[in-house]
Amino acid sequence: MNNQWDIIGGEGLQFFGKMSASISHEIKNVLAIINENTGLIEDYTIMTEKGAHFDPGKFKSLAEKIGAQIRRADEIVRNMNAFAHSIDEPAKSIDLSDFLEFAQALFARFAVMRGIRLESELTESALMINTSPFFLLNLTWLCLDFAMDAAGSGKAVGLSARKRDIGAQIGFTGLKALGEALSGEFPGEKEKPLLELLKAEIEIDQERGEIMLNLPGDMAR
Amino acid sequence: MKILLVDDEEDLVSTLAERLSFRGIDADWVTSCEDALKKVETEKYDLAVLDVKIPRISGIELGRRLKEKDPEMGFIFMTGHGSDDDFKAGSAEAGAEYYLVKPVNIELLIEKMKKVLED
Repeated sequence: MNNQWDIIGGEGLQFFGKMSASISHEIKNVLAIINENTGLIEDYTIMTEKGAHFDPGKFKSLAEKIGAQIRRADEIVRNMNAFAHSIDEPAKSIDLSDFLEFAQALFARFAVMRGIRLESELTESALMINTSPFFLLNLTWLCLDFAMDAAGSGKAVGLSARKRDIGAQIGFTGLKALGEALSGEFPGEKEKPLLELLKAEIEIDQERGEIMLNLPGDMAR
Repeated sequence: MKILLVDDEEDLVSTLAERLSFRGIDADWVTSCEDALKKVETEKYDLAVLDVKIPRISGIELGRRLKEKDPEMGFIFMTGHGSDDDFKAGSAEAGAEYYLVKPVNIELLIEKMKKVLED
Protein backbone atom coordinates (compact mmCIF):
# COMPACT_ATOMS: atom_id res chain seq x y z
CA MET A 1 0.00 0.00 0.00
CA ASN A 2 2.81 2.44 0.85
CA ASN A 3 4.32 2.01 -2.59
CA GLN A 4 0.94 2.81 -4.18
CA TRP A 5 0.69 6.06 -2.21
CA ASP A 6 4.24 6.98 -3.25
CA ILE A 7 3.12 6.73 -6.89
CA ILE A 8 -0.08 8.73 -6.42
CA GLY A 9 1.33 11.42 -4.14
CA GLY A 10 -1.13 14.05 -2.99
CA GLU A 11 -3.72 13.31 -5.70
CA GLY A 12 -5.26 10.43 -3.76
CA LEU A 13 -5.60 12.55 -0.63
CA GLN A 14 -7.08 15.44 -2.59
CA PHE A 15 -9.64 13.07 -4.08
CA PHE A 16 -10.48 11.71 -0.63
CA GLY A 17 -10.91 15.27 0.69
CA LYS A 18 -13.07 16.36 -2.25
CA MET A 19 -15.44 13.41 -1.84
CA SER A 20 -15.61 13.79 1.96
CA ALA A 21 -16.42 17.51 1.65
CA SER A 22 -19.19 16.77 -0.87
CA ILE A 23 -20.68 14.09 1.38
CA SER A 24 -20.64 16.37 4.44
CA HIS A 25 -22.28 19.09 2.35
CA GLU A 26 -25.08 16.73 1.36
CA ILE A 27 -25.63 15.64 4.95
CA LYS A 28 -25.90 19.32 5.93
CA ASN A 29 -28.65 19.74 3.34
CA VAL A 30 -30.54 16.78 4.78
CA LEU A 31 -30.20 18.23 8.29
CA ALA A 32 -31.43 21.61 7.03
CA ILE A 33 -34.59 20.03 5.56
CA ILE A 34 -35.26 18.03 8.74
CA ASN A 35 -34.68 21.23 10.74
CA GLU A 36 -37.30 23.17 8.73
CA ASN A 37 -39.84 20.34 8.86
CA THR A 38 -39.52 19.85 12.61
CA GLY A 39 -39.67 23.64 12.96
CA LEU A 40 -42.92 23.67 10.99
CA ILE A 41 -44.37 20.96 13.27
CA GLU A 42 -43.44 23.19 16.23
CA ASP A 43 -45.10 26.17 14.55
CA TYR A 44 -48.30 24.16 13.94
CA THR A 45 -48.25 22.92 17.54
CA ILE A 46 -47.90 26.43 18.98
CA MET A 47 -50.71 27.71 16.77
CA THR A 48 -52.90 24.71 17.70
CA GLU A 49 -52.35 25.52 21.39
CA LYS A 50 -53.61 29.02 20.60
CA GLY A 51 -56.80 27.61 19.08
CA ALA A 52 -55.91 27.21 15.39
CA HIS A 53 -57.04 24.05 13.59
CA PHE A 54 -54.89 22.13 11.14
CA ASP A 55 -55.69 19.14 8.98
CA PRO A 56 -54.02 16.08 10.61
CA GLY A 57 -52.88 15.22 7.08
CA LYS A 58 -50.40 18.11 7.31
CA PHE A 59 -48.64 16.43 10.26
CA LYS A 60 -48.64 13.11 8.43
CA SER A 61 -47.11 14.73 5.35
CA LEU A 62 -44.37 16.37 7.44
CA ALA A 63 -43.59 13.07 9.17
CA GLU A 64 -43.29 11.44 5.74
CA LYS A 65 -40.93 14.17 4.53
CA ILE A 66 -38.73 13.71 7.60
CA GLY A 67 -38.76 9.94 7.09
CA ALA A 68 -37.66 10.39 3.46
CA GLN A 69 -34.74 12.58 4.54
CA ILE A 70 -33.69 10.04 7.17
CA ARG A 71 -33.60 7.35 4.46
CA ARG A 72 -31.64 9.73 2.21
CA ALA A 73 -29.12 10.38 5.01
CA ASP A 74 -28.85 6.65 5.66
CA GLU A 75 -27.92 6.05 2.02
CA ILE A 76 -25.39 8.90 2.04
CA VAL A 77 -23.75 7.53 5.18
CA ARG A 78 -23.70 3.98 3.77
CA ASN A 79 -21.96 5.29 0.64
CA MET A 80 -19.55 7.31 2.79
CA ASN A 81 -18.73 4.17 4.77
CA ALA A 82 -18.16 2.14 1.61
CA PHE A 83 -15.97 4.93 0.23
CA ALA A 84 -13.90 5.08 3.44
CA HIS A 85 -13.41 1.30 3.35
CA SER A 86 -12.45 1.32 -0.35
CA ILE A 87 -8.96 2.16 0.84
CA ASP A 88 -8.63 -0.88 3.17
CA GLU A 89 -7.18 -3.35 0.68
CA PRO A 90 -4.56 -2.62 -2.00
CA ALA A 91 -6.43 -4.97 -4.36
CA LYS A 92 -9.59 -7.02 -4.27
CA SER A 93 -12.09 -8.71 -6.54
CA ILE A 94 -15.01 -6.40 -7.46
CA ASP A 95 -18.03 -6.52 -9.74
CA LEU A 96 -17.52 -3.62 -12.15
CA SER A 97 -21.28 -3.10 -12.59
CA ASP A 98 -21.78 -2.73 -8.83
CA PHE A 99 -18.71 -0.51 -8.70
CA LEU A 100 -20.12 1.85 -11.35
CA GLU A 101 -23.48 2.02 -9.59
CA PHE A 102 -21.66 3.03 -6.40
CA ALA A 103 -19.44 5.54 -8.27
CA GLN A 104 -22.51 7.10 -9.85
CA ALA A 105 -24.12 7.59 -6.44
CA LEU A 106 -20.88 9.05 -5.05
CA PHE A 107 -20.41 11.50 -7.93
CA ALA A 108 -24.10 12.38 -8.46
CA ARG A 109 -23.98 15.68 -6.60
CA PHE A 110 -21.03 16.91 -8.67
CA ALA A 111 -22.94 16.12 -11.87
CA VAL A 112 -26.06 17.92 -10.63
CA MET A 113 -24.02 21.01 -9.75
CA ARG A 114 -22.68 21.12 -13.30
CA GLY A 115 -26.12 20.57 -14.82
CA ILE A 116 -25.10 17.12 -16.13
CA ARG A 117 -27.31 14.01 -16.19
CA LEU A 118 -25.54 10.71 -15.58
CA GLU A 119 -27.09 7.82 -17.50
CA SER A 120 -25.93 4.35 -16.59
CA GLU A 121 -26.06 1.42 -18.94
CA LEU A 122 -25.56 -1.33 -16.41
CA THR A 123 -24.95 -4.94 -17.35
CA GLU A 124 -27.06 -7.64 -15.77
CA SER A 125 -24.33 -10.21 -15.34
CA ALA A 126 -21.43 -9.84 -12.92
CA LEU A 127 -18.21 -8.43 -14.41
CA MET A 128 -15.49 -9.38 -11.97
CA ILE A 129 -12.03 -7.81 -11.97
CA ASN A 130 -9.23 -7.70 -9.43
CA THR A 131 -8.23 -4.09 -8.75
CA SER A 132 -7.69 -1.36 -6.18
CA PRO A 133 -11.19 0.00 -5.51
CA PHE A 134 -9.99 3.34 -4.16
CA PHE A 135 -7.57 4.13 -6.97
CA LEU A 136 -10.08 2.95 -9.57
CA LEU A 137 -12.64 5.30 -8.04
CA ASN A 138 -10.09 8.12 -8.21
CA LEU A 139 -9.34 7.41 -11.88
CA THR A 140 -13.03 7.00 -12.72
CA TRP A 141 -13.66 10.40 -11.11
CA LEU A 142 -10.90 12.06 -13.17
CA CYS A 143 -12.30 10.54 -16.37
CA LEU A 144 -15.84 11.59 -15.45
CA ASP A 145 -14.66 15.09 -14.54
CA PHE A 146 -13.16 15.37 -18.03
CA ALA A 147 -16.21 13.70 -19.62
CA MET A 148 -18.58 16.22 -17.99
CA ASP A 149 -16.57 19.05 -19.58
CA ALA A 150 -16.82 17.20 -22.89
CA ALA A 151 -20.57 16.52 -22.59
CA GLY A 152 -21.34 19.71 -24.47
CA SER A 153 -24.90 20.71 -25.28
CA GLY A 154 -26.28 17.20 -24.62
CA LYS A 155 -25.53 17.65 -20.92
CA ALA A 156 -25.65 13.89 -20.39
CA VAL A 157 -22.84 11.40 -19.84
CA GLY A 158 -23.46 7.68 -20.27
CA LEU A 159 -21.59 5.27 -18.01
CA SER A 160 -21.22 1.63 -18.88
CA ALA A 161 -19.29 -1.46 -17.83
CA ARG A 162 -18.29 -3.85 -20.62
CA LYS A 163 -16.43 -7.13 -20.85
CA ARG A 164 -13.31 -7.33 -23.02
CA ASP A 165 -11.39 -10.39 -24.24
CA ILE A 166 -8.99 -9.75 -21.38
CA GLY A 167 -10.30 -7.62 -18.56
CA ALA A 168 -13.07 -5.05 -18.73
CA GLN A 169 -13.87 -1.52 -19.82
CA ILE A 170 -15.66 1.50 -18.42
CA GLY A 171 -17.22 3.62 -21.16
CA PHE A 172 -18.03 7.35 -20.89
CA THR A 173 -20.37 8.11 -23.78
CA GLY A 174 -22.35 10.97 -25.31
CA LEU A 175 -19.43 13.42 -25.23
CA LYS A 176 -20.63 15.84 -27.89
CA ALA A 177 -17.89 18.41 -27.29
CA LEU A 178 -15.05 15.90 -26.99
CA GLY A 179 -13.01 17.58 -29.73
CA GLU A 180 -13.02 20.93 -27.90
CA ALA A 181 -12.24 19.33 -24.54
CA LEU A 182 -9.23 17.53 -26.00
CA SER A 183 -7.46 20.83 -26.64
CA GLY A 184 -6.03 20.31 -23.13
CA GLU A 185 -3.89 17.30 -22.22
CA PHE A 186 -5.88 14.16 -21.45
CA PRO A 187 -4.83 11.87 -19.92
CA GLY A 188 -2.70 14.38 -18.03
CA GLU A 189 -0.37 14.39 -15.04
CA LYS A 190 -3.13 13.44 -12.59
CA GLU A 191 -4.35 10.45 -14.59
CA LYS A 192 -1.01 8.97 -15.70
CA PRO A 193 0.21 7.64 -12.30
CA LEU A 194 -3.19 6.05 -11.67
CA LEU A 195 -3.20 4.44 -15.12
CA GLU A 196 0.25 3.04 -14.39
CA LEU A 197 -0.73 1.76 -10.96
CA LEU A 198 -3.91 0.10 -12.20
CA LYS A 199 -2.21 -1.15 -15.41
CA ALA A 200 -5.04 0.56 -17.26
CA GLU A 201 -5.21 2.60 -20.42
CA ILE A 202 -7.48 5.26 -21.86
CA GLU A 203 -8.78 5.02 -25.42
CA ILE A 204 -10.48 8.00 -27.03
CA ASP A 205 -12.92 7.78 -29.93
CA GLN A 206 -13.49 11.37 -30.96
CA GLU A 207 -15.92 10.46 -33.76
CA ARG A 208 -18.26 8.54 -31.46
CA GLY A 209 -17.73 11.00 -28.58
CA GLU A 210 -16.51 8.33 -26.21
CA ILE A 211 -13.74 7.70 -23.69
CA MET A 212 -12.95 4.10 -22.78
CA LEU A 213 -11.05 3.14 -19.67
CA ASN A 214 -9.56 -0.30 -20.31
CA LEU A 215 -8.82 -2.34 -17.22
CA PRO A 216 -6.89 -5.59 -16.87
CA GLY A 217 -8.70 -8.56 -15.38
CA ASP A 218 -6.15 -8.62 -12.60
CA MET A 219 -3.99 -5.57 -11.88
CA ALA A 220 -1.61 -7.70 -9.81
CA ARG A 221 -0.47 -9.74 -12.82
CA MET B 1 -41.03 42.50 3.58
CA LYS B 2 -41.07 40.41 0.41
CA ILE B 3 -38.30 37.91 -0.14
CA LEU B 4 -37.16 35.30 -2.67
CA LEU B 5 -35.71 31.96 -1.46
CA VAL B 6 -33.42 30.09 -3.88
CA ASP B 7 -32.17 26.56 -3.16
CA ASP B 8 -32.28 23.40 -5.27
CA GLU B 9 -33.74 21.50 -2.29
CA GLU B 10 -37.48 22.04 -2.78
CA ASP B 11 -38.44 20.57 0.60
CA LEU B 12 -36.18 23.11 2.26
CA VAL B 13 -37.34 26.31 0.55
CA SER B 14 -41.05 25.43 0.45
CA THR B 15 -41.09 24.68 4.19
CA LEU B 16 -38.98 27.72 5.05
CA ALA B 17 -41.35 29.92 3.02
CA GLU B 18 -44.36 28.59 4.97
CA ARG B 19 -42.61 29.18 8.31
CA LEU B 20 -41.67 32.73 7.28
CA SER B 21 -45.27 33.41 6.25
CA PHE B 22 -46.37 32.52 9.81
CA ARG B 23 -44.00 35.29 10.95
CA GLY B 24 -45.48 37.88 8.61
CA ILE B 25 -42.89 37.59 5.85
CA ASP B 26 -44.08 37.12 2.29
CA ALA B 27 -41.68 34.60 0.72
CA ASP B 28 -41.62 33.15 -2.79
CA TRP B 29 -39.33 30.24 -3.58
CA VAL B 30 -37.61 28.74 -6.64
CA THR B 31 -35.19 25.83 -7.07
CA SER B 32 -32.98 27.05 -9.92
CA CYS B 33 -30.98 30.10 -10.89
CA GLU B 34 -32.91 30.35 -14.17
CA ASP B 35 -36.23 30.53 -12.32
CA ALA B 36 -34.80 33.10 -9.90
CA LEU B 37 -33.73 35.35 -12.79
CA LYS B 38 -37.18 34.95 -14.40
CA LYS B 39 -38.97 35.68 -11.14
CA VAL B 40 -37.32 39.08 -10.66
CA GLU B 41 -38.51 40.12 -14.12
CA THR B 42 -42.09 40.22 -12.86
CA GLU B 43 -41.81 40.59 -9.07
CA LYS B 44 -40.08 43.10 -6.82
CA TYR B 45 -38.22 41.64 -3.82
CA ASP B 46 -36.62 43.44 -0.90
CA LEU B 47 -34.22 40.59 -0.35
CA ALA B 48 -33.08 37.21 -1.69
CA VAL B 49 -31.84 34.29 0.41
CA LEU B 50 -29.55 32.20 -1.79
CA ASP B 51 -27.87 28.83 -1.36
CA VAL B 52 -24.18 29.23 -2.16
CA LYS B 53 -24.13 25.93 -4.06
CA ILE B 54 -26.87 25.69 -6.62
CA PRO B 55 -26.61 23.84 -9.92
CA ARG B 56 -24.77 25.44 -12.85
CA ILE B 57 -23.74 28.77 -11.30
CA SER B 58 -22.77 29.63 -7.74
CA GLY B 59 -25.15 31.48 -5.45
CA ILE B 60 -22.62 34.31 -5.25
CA GLU B 61 -22.70 34.65 -9.06
CA LEU B 62 -26.51 34.46 -9.05
CA GLY B 63 -26.47 37.27 -6.47
CA ARG B 64 -24.38 39.40 -8.83
CA ARG B 65 -26.80 38.78 -11.71
CA LEU B 66 -29.85 39.55 -9.57
CA LYS B 67 -28.16 42.71 -8.35
CA GLU B 68 -27.71 43.82 -11.97
CA LYS B 69 -31.45 43.41 -12.51
CA ASP B 70 -32.40 45.06 -9.23
CA PRO B 71 -29.64 47.11 -7.57
CA GLU B 72 -31.81 47.70 -4.49
CA MET B 73 -32.20 44.02 -3.62
CA GLY B 74 -30.42 42.78 -0.47
CA PHE B 75 -28.86 39.32 -0.07
CA ILE B 76 -28.26 36.61 2.49
CA PHE B 77 -26.29 33.50 1.57
CA MET B 78 -26.83 30.04 3.06
CA THR B 79 -24.26 27.29 2.87
CA GLY B 80 -23.92 23.63 3.70
CA HIS B 81 -20.17 24.02 4.27
CA GLY B 82 -19.32 22.25 7.45
CA SER B 83 -16.03 23.62 8.76
CA ASP B 84 -14.91 26.93 10.26
CA ASP B 85 -12.37 27.36 7.44
CA ASP B 86 -15.07 26.90 4.82
CA PHE B 87 -17.23 29.39 6.67
CA LYS B 88 -14.42 31.96 6.80
CA ALA B 89 -13.70 31.56 3.08
CA GLY B 90 -17.38 31.96 2.22
CA SER B 91 -17.81 34.86 4.61
CA ALA B 92 -14.92 36.73 3.03
CA GLU B 93 -16.54 36.39 -0.38
CA ALA B 94 -20.08 37.30 0.63
CA GLY B 95 -19.62 39.52 3.67
CA ALA B 96 -19.78 37.90 7.13
CA GLU B 97 -23.03 39.53 8.16
CA TYR B 98 -24.89 37.98 5.27
CA TYR B 99 -23.70 34.41 5.48
CA LEU B 100 -25.48 31.63 7.39
CA VAL B 101 -24.54 27.97 7.81
CA LYS B 102 -27.23 25.29 7.34
CA PRO B 103 -29.25 24.20 9.23
CA VAL B 104 -30.37 27.79 9.72
CA ASN B 105 -32.16 29.04 12.85
CA ILE B 106 -35.24 30.87 11.54
CA GLU B 107 -35.16 33.59 14.19
CA LEU B 108 -31.50 34.30 13.38
CA LEU B 109 -32.37 34.40 9.68
CA ILE B 110 -35.10 36.97 10.31
CA GLU B 111 -32.71 39.01 12.45
CA LYS B 112 -30.17 39.02 9.57
CA MET B 113 -32.90 39.92 7.07
CA LYS B 114 -33.85 42.96 9.11
CA LYS B 115 -30.20 43.96 9.41
CA VAL B 116 -29.65 43.68 5.65
CA LEU B 117 -32.68 45.85 4.98
CA GLU B 118 -31.55 48.42 7.57
CA ASP B 119 -28.11 48.55 5.93
